Amino acid sequence: MDIKTELTEGVTVLFVREDRLDANNSEELKIELRRQFESGTKDLILDLKEVLFIDSSGLGVLVSGYKNASILHGSLKLSNLQSQVKSMFELTRLHRVFDIFTTVDDALQSYR
Amino acid sequence: MKNDIDIDITLPSHTRHLRMISNVGEKVAQEIDCPEGIRETLPSQLAIVLTEGLVNAIKHANSAERNTEIHVRINVSDKVLVVRIYDSGLGFDLDAVPTPCFTSNGLEEKGRGIFILRSLMDTVKYSRSDGGNVLEMRKNLA
Repeated sequence: MDIKTELTEGVTVLFVREDRLDANNSEELKIELRRQFESGTKDLILDLKEVLFIDSSGLGVLVSGYKNASILHGSLKLSNLQSQVKSMFELTRLHRVFDIFTTVDDALQSYR
Repeated sequence: MKNDIDIDITLPSHTRHLRMISNVGEKVAQEIDCPEGIRETLPSQLAIVLTEGLVNAIKHANSAERNTEIHVRINVSDKVLVVRIYDSGLGFDLDAVPTPCFTSNGLEEKGRGIFILRSLMDTVKYSRSDGGNVLEMRKNLA
């Protein structure tokens, strides 16, 4: 999976550079999120600007990341949700669980 | 314009084909003659329905046998769109699949696939068929 990582103001931002987050590749994101938390990351922003399609497997990985962040008293926030992804969050009511921002900057702002 | 589409695809039971089937569904939905309100959302809905249905067949229904195939049929008439996904596994009890938890307490990683299918399609059924099983999903177009 193509993921670009940046550390900004003490917050790790993962840019997911895939157009689909589904059962075929979501496990790779799960592994990366786990690696981040195991290496000491507590606050993480996942930017999904390039993700045009998400299925229940993709949603499950995000839920897994959210739960792991919570256990560490940290956070997993999301930014740049595209249309289909937004619809899937609303359909499964996960938009009420996650902190979702329009841009990475808005998400970073929430930590200041 | 009359809808009279019958698509029949057989493919290996592997998630690497999800993109292809998803794209097929999206293209088919774009060609269907149906009311404005349905036409706008049908392509993305069919893409996710096919993806979830196939993942279900790959991961649960066919899990005991790695080299099996999955058979997908899409039929469209003027009144209804029907997706059938055939697997050759042991099957599962669709009625026993619970609705997922929607609050941050009790959030589960898994269990949203069937809920998504039930939310987007008018009927969802799973039954035995020819030594295997069929997941049949219908959406009314009229």
